[in-house]
Parts: sequence; structure tokens; C-alpha cells
Amino acid sequence: MESDDWQQGGFGLYLHWPYCLAKCPYCDFNSHVASQVDQSRWKTAYLSEVRRYGDLTQGRTLDTVFFGGGTPSLMDPELVHAVLEEIRATWPQSNTFEVTLEANPTSVEAGRFAGFRDAGVNRISMGIQALNDDDLKRLGRMHSAKEGREAFDIARKLFARVSFDLIYARQHQTPQDWAEELKQALSMAIDHLSLYQLTIEEGTAFGDRYAIGRLPGLPTDDHAADMYDITQEITEAAGMPAYEISNHARDMAESRHNLIYWRYGDYIGIGPGAHGRLTLNGTRYATETPLTPTTWLTQVETQGLGESVRDPISPMDQATEYLMMSLRLSEGSSLVRFNDLSGVELPRDRRERLQDMGFLTENANKIRATKAGRPILNSLLRELLS
Amino acid sequence: MTDLDLIRNFSIVAHIDHGKSTLADRLIQLTGTVAERDMQAQLLDSMDIERERGITIKANTVRIEYPAKDGKTYVLNLIDTPGHVDFAYEVSRSMQAVEGSLLVVDASQGVEAQTLANVYQAIDADHEIVPVLNKVDLPAAEPERVAEQIEDVIGIDASDAVLISAKTGIGIPEVLEAIVTRLPAPKGDRDAPLKAMLVDSYYDAYLGVVVIIRVIDGVIRKGDRIKMMKTGGRYPVDRLGVFRPKMQDIKELGPGEIGFLTASIKQVRDTRVGDTITHEKGGTDTALPGFKPAQPVVFCGLFPVDSAEFEDLRDAIEKLALNDASFSFEMETSAALGFGFRCGFLGLLHLEVIRDRIEREYDIELITTAPSVVYHVHMKDGTVQELHNPADMPDLTYVDHIEEPRIKATILVPDDYLGDVLKLCQDRRGIQLDLTYAGSRAMVVYDLPLNEVVFDFYDRLKSVTKGYASFDYQMEGYRQDHLVKMSVLVNEEPVDALSMMVHRDRAEQRGRAMCEKLKELIPRHMFKIPIQAAIGGRVIARETLSAMRKDVTAKCYGGDATRKRKLLDKQKAGKKKMRQFGKVEIPQSAFINALKMDS
Repeated sequence: MESDDWQQGGFGLYLHWPYCLAKCPYCDFNSHVASQVDQSRWKTAYLSEVRRYGDLTQGRTLDTVFFGGGTPSLMDPELVHAVLEEIRATWPQSNTFEVTLEANPTSVEAGRFAGFRDAGVNRISMGIQALNDDDLKRLGRMHSAKEGREAFDIARKLFARVSFDLIYARQHQTPQDWAEELKQALSMAIDHLSLYQLTIEEGTAFGDRYAIGRLPGLPTDDHAADMYDITQEITEAAGMPAYEISNHARDMAESRHNLIYWRYGDYIGIGPGAHGRLTLNGTRYATETPLTPTTWLTQVETQGLGESVRDPISPMDQATEYLMMSLRLSEGSSLVRFNDLSGVELPRDRRERLQDMGFLTENANKIRATKAGRPILNSLLRELLS
Repeated sequence: MTDLDLIRNFSIVAHIDHGKSTLADRLIQLTGTVAERDMQAQLLDSMDIERERGITIKANTVRIEYPAKDGKTYVLNLIDTPGHVDFAYEVSRSMQAVEGSLLVVDASQGVEAQTLANVYQAIDADHEIVPVLNKVDLPAAEPERVAEQIEDVIGIDASDAVLISAKTGIGIPEVLEAIVTRLPAPKGDRDAPLKAMLVDSYYDAYLGVVVIIRVIDGVIRKGDRIKMMKTGGRYPVDRLGVFRPKMQDIKELGPGEIGFLTASIKQVRDTRVGDTITHEKGGTDTALPGFKPAQPVVFCGLFPVDSAEFEDLRDAIEKLALNDASFSFEMETSAALGFGFRCGFLGLLHLEVIRDRIEREYDIELITTAPSVVYHVHMKDGTVQELHNPADMPDLTYVDHIEEPRIKATILVPDDYLGDVLKLCQDRRGIQLDLTYAGSRAMVVYDLPLNEVVFDFYDRLKSVTKGYASFDYQMEGYRQDHLVKMSVLVNEEPVDALSMMVHRDRAEQRGRAMCEKLKELIPRHMFKIPIQAAIGGRVIARETLSAMRKDVTAKCYGGDATRKRKLLDKQKAGKKKMRQFGKVEIPQSAFINALKMDS
């Protein structure tokens, strides 16, 4: 049944804090730099949205909360506390209730970690990005490698679950450099890593520099592919294989919140620019909110509604999104679910062709991208869906 | 009806941008032929493409009345001829229809190759030629040097050249006076049977086919029944008139006069440039000399990008063909490109004009395959086949030999670039016929195979000379050479639209260049793709496009689902711009870009 398809993915809440101290040159997320932020106004707005969604989704159990941004570690622990208190009062929580907060590893922010923990955060995801100072500067980060490690140590003591991000395929980075750095990261007491290949996005400072040829030393596609392969080998050997294209975890240490996206569950999106997927009365909707922080804030304050878009998603689009997200996971995609969502079978000849080429495996009605298939997943998806 | 002594018929010979159209505009303006408020730049070029490119495709005429200093009023008929080699035959007919030419040369630029080709046409037609040096008001003008160059290169007396600035109007009265005093009056016999030349014709939505004529002998009147001697068509004359430059009806046209007629002719195809028009009864028996049927020399395939537009394309081509007897077409099927048409053109400019008009006036996006010349394939049984499309090359076991068309190319180039030009011509299998200097510029004449010129020779020439070379050519007949058909295989599948005729000695080089080019133009696939060039079953060049190794989005979370799905939809739509060959998708742009050679 379409109406409860989301249950196979779970139910989470994403909350967007849009502010940063500075904009990183590679970042295309909805982040803003403001000299002064009135956190109490934001609190009122967040709480109002939590209550509104609570009314819409009565009777559900909440699996996860994710504070993303922007830089949510710039939020007052008190604000985080108030939001989580409201959330806990609104929905019953599952036994494995996970509350993640994204944090920058500066000393100032690390000083707030204890407060976040007391507020109910039980997982920290840190934007460490690189383990050497030159690259951190190039990436426009405000912390040093030393600060990064120190912040990690603090987090490690306070939280049962800690993850950090690294960016690779950076300017002037050789596969050997990356292998060394990755091994260092794995030697830290870590159980979850997000390893992203640097992507030059339009509309970012890197994008602008790239367009005029001022971003030298980026690896060729073949080199980047080599680095991807090296990443897989090293993490597997260290007992942290990829459970998703860019995410690695020890057993049971996966990000439960992100798994909701990839397993195509329901998620509420609160805050400027936050997207949601929400099944209401048997129809799955895509929700969006105004991108600009003050626009969102004012709209919630004056209309009591943060959403600007609530579009029903067609059966085929749902199936497409499901496949696009779930094939990123090593656990793969269910052909039955695809069929139930779209009403049609994922073309058998295409599947067989990709299997013959060694990019896909099929077993017990599930398809998975193989080791060879994952680095070209977008091509696989185009082939399967066109 | 005008007295022969009071008529002067002339054309203007000039290189592009040397001011032909501006001078024509000034002549019309100064004689009050057009009211000031109706003046627009380049009165005579009526098509958008003509105005944009500054070229003339169809002949135009205008009748000007000029009160000369001798107190008499003269009728001046200007024929604005097409200026491009593709229309060399049309130019020759226009030249035959007048007695003199103004040779307009930019006083700072000097003589260009195109000027030469056209001025030789004028000389061939026994014209009296009046040199006119334009743009003398510019600081860079060197009238004396250019006059000298005219004498050196063309061999006509330029001592009494008229100095003008068509832009500012300097010297225009002197030009008018020179036309009257220096050009001869036409000859003709009013009482002889009617003999008129069909100079050109075009289609008018309201009037049907409008025929431009020059009366040689006799008189033509409205209502006369006429016949075309070559086509045999018989028509009553509905309307007779002259262009001033708007149409103006007239009762009759006598010897030496130039005007137009309409006669319920449905298609331009029913008229032939150079045909002789006479009366159906009591007409002449001797046609004018020099008639030639139109002969396409360059062929290419035109396919709609969107195969659903095939019928629209058919419509567009048929309509254009009605107005252009020199353009031929037949349906063609390509495994690669689907249904389309194999079309024949007078030359590359003609090809471009027709293609532009289809895209612009009929709004159909086209794939144009590589232009091909017409080869004469001599079979062992003694028959000769005309080969318009490399894909139709007969089995070699039945072929005795192949002949290809050659041209005589004239290139004028500043000394500094001469080396590059010689190398280019040499690379294109050229044989040098002549190399002379005129001032600091060299004039080189080469015998070149047309197939080496049709694709991108002119672009290459412009690029190696930074645009300073001028180029013109004439057809020089056929010659046997060692020509082979080179096919291209992508992932072991032959791609018919990319096969081409090449000289055996150049095959490896062309094949390698083609494979390298395709390797750049075809996006990487999930598997590696061999790209091969072959002659018969023998592979002469090979490249391998390696498999795609990385195509995955690094970050994809809840906020990305909508955007990534839309991107995927867009990419799926993008696939329609690709053509499928077995398992390989080739972008449409690759078909034309693959043939652009870098040397």
C-alpha cells in the first residue's frame, strides 16, 4: 500500500540552522553569515513549527532528529534544549531515538558540547574536513588541524556516537597523500566517517574560480576515481566499509537519520530551505520552505506556517526518488517497493544488461550496485530509469 | 520605350564590404528614384540573409532616370549581380545583360580575390569598365597605390578612376556622369523578332514568379504570348514593368531595356536563368548563346534533429525548391540519422543559405552531414556513375577508377601569411599554378581537389591568415585520382553518416584525426568503446574511448531528493539529443564537428 510505504524507511525530523561564521568556498548549502542573530525569535518559530507538524502527524513515533546547517553548533545549548523538549513532548520516541547535531571543531564550539549533550543530543557530526592546516586554509575553514583533533577528543568523551567529515580529491592532493590522511583518521577512535569527494558546485566561490580557470591542481576524473577506489580499500580493511556512497561506519554505527532519507522514509523539514517528505492521508508530499532566513522567520511569525511548497509526488517520481536514494546504500533497493510505488516493473532488460556488465547484482528481489557500479551510480540510474 | 542612345546598362563589381550596396543606394538616392522617407540601407538586398551577410544571392535591377550635363535625360539600368562563386553562372548571365561595369575597390584595402573573379566575368562579357575607388575619405586610403594595383593585377587602365566615398556622397555625381559618357549604349533591332534574356527570377507571394529580362531585339508588350526556348513553356504576359526599385508597370519594353514580366508562371523551377524568351508566334529561331542548366556540385544530407519533424522538413525543402531551380533533393535514409534528404547545391554558400533559411524561416533544427562533392565512378563495364553520397559507393570489385572534381583557386594574401597559405594548399593536395606579387600581397593560384575545399578550407584559410586572405575559385573539370571510401566504426558498428571519400595517401592521417576527434566528442560510456577508421575491411586508425570511471553524486541527503530527481529527468531528456548506435550514444553535434579538421 502506498499510504504506508514511508514506514519502511522510518520517520525523522530535520531542523535547519542557517547561520555560519563564514561561508566556505566549496559549500552550496543554504548558509548565511549574520552579525547578530536573535536566538529567542528562532526558538519561538521552531517550537511553533514543531507543534504544527505534531498536529499533522499524530500517533507516529519519531525515530531521529537532525540539527543541520549552516553551523548548528553556533546555536545556544539552551535553544537546542528547548526545541528537543518540545519534540519529546510532541511525539513518542523509538527505542533507538537518535539526535544528531552538526558541529564545527573550533574551541569555542567544543565548549558548548556538554550543553548540547545535556539538551539531549546523542550524536555529533563534525566538519573536520582535513587533517592538515594548508588544506584547511584552502578550504576556507576557521579551525586548525590541532583544534580539530582536540574538539574530536572532547566530543568522544561526551557522546557515545561521533562522526566526522573529510573532503578529498582536493587541490594538489595525490592518492598517496589521501591514503595517509585517511589512515590517520581511522586511527582516531571513530566509528562513523563521511568521506566526500570535493565537488565544484555552481554558485560557490570555488565554482566561480573554477569557471575562470583559477582553481588549479584538481585531480582528473581518473585520479578522482583512483582515490575513490583507495578509499574503499582502506576503510574496508579498517572494518569501516561504505554503507552508502560516501558514508562509512562500524556495524550498528550508521547514521539512523540519514538512513531514513536513503530508505525513503518520511521526514519533516523545519527551518529556512529545509525539504521534507511527508505522507498525509495516503498521499506523499514534497515540502519546502522559504530559503532566506528572515523570510522564513517572518512567515512563521505572521502566518504560523513555515512551508512554502507542499506538492504531491507522482507514483513514478516516488519510485524514482526511492531508487535514486536507496541504490546509494550497500543494502540496495527492493524491486517490490519500486513496483508498488510506480505500478510498473523496473525494466528487466536494463537490469540484466547492467548485471552482465558487472555493475549490478540481483538477489531475492533486491538490486545492489556492485563495487564497480557504485562510482558510476548516476549512469546506472539513468540507464535504469530512462 | 526609350531610344537606345539614351540607355546605359551596367553592373557593379566589388568585393564584400567594398561598398557596392552603399554605392547603389547613393545612385538611387541622388537621382530621386526613391523618396527620402523610403530609403533604407541596402535597398536591393531583399532577403534577411542577404542583408545580414552583405551578399547578394538573386540578381536585382533598378531603373534610374538621370538628367546628364549634356541636357539629355538617360535611363540607367543597374543589375546588382550575385557576388559569389557559387552563383558564377548567374553572374555571367547578368553580365551578358549589360554593356559596362563599375569596378568598385576599397581605396585602403585594394583588390581582393572575389573582385578578380567577377571582373574577369565582366571582361569576358566585353564590358567597358570604369574603376571607382571608394572610401577615399578614410585616413588609410591610398588611391594611387590601389589604382596602380588595379593596373598591375587586372590589367585595365585606372588612370581616370573615379574617387568617391559612397558613405558621405563624395564623387557620386561624377560616377553618374562617367556611366553616361564612358559606357556604351546598347545595340538592338526594334523590328527584329523578339529576343530577350531571362536574367533571373524569383517568387513573389502575390504575383507568382517574377522574371527579370533584358530585351535584345524586338519589343515585348503586355498581353503578348511568349515562349521560353529551352523549357518550351508558353505563357501570356500578364504584367510588364521596371523596378524603380519598386515595381512600376510599363506598356512595352524595347531593345536595350531591362525590366520584369509576370506570366502566370507557378514555380521558379519553370524558368531557367539564361533562357531566351521570344514570341510564341513569329519569334526568333536562334537562342542566345551561353545557356547552361544548373548543376549542383556539393551534396550533403539534411536531417531533422527531431525525427517527428521529417514531414515539416519535406514541406520546407519542397517550398524552397520551387523558388530555386539550382537546388536538388531526394529522400535519404541513414541508419544513424533516420529519415532526411540528400540535397545538392551550387556551392558551400548556397548550402549555408538554404540550411539557414530552413532553420530560420521554417523553424526546423537540422543535422547537416559532411558536404560531399560529386565523384565520377567509372565502372569496369564502361558505365559511369555519379556518386553524391559516400554511403552509396559501389562494390570496389566492379569499379575501374574514380574521378573527382578539381578547382582553380585564387588566393590573395599579405606576404606575412604566404607560408601558411602555401602549406594549407599543399596539405589539401593542391598543385601550385602561379605565384605573383602585387605590392606587399601575393596572389597564389592553386589547382585543388574540390573535396578538400568543401568542408572547412575557407575557415582554415581565414584562421591561418587572421582573416586577411581573400579566396575565390572556379570549377576546372574532373581528374582521376586514387580515392577510397573511408568508413568509421564506433564500437564495431559502422556509422554511415561519418563515412567519406578520401585520397588514399591521406587516408591514415584523416582516419587518425577523425578517431581522435570522435574520442573527444563522444562522452564516456559505462564501457570502453573502440573507435576505428577503415578502408574496406582494413582498419587504418584506431582509438579507444575508455570507460567512465566516476559519475556519482558525493552528497545526497533529504534536501537533495527533488533537485537530483529533476536533474535525472533533465539528463533523460538530454538523451534525445543523442543518436543511438548499437549501445553507444553519439551527440548530434559530433556528426558535423568530427569532420572539422585542424589542418
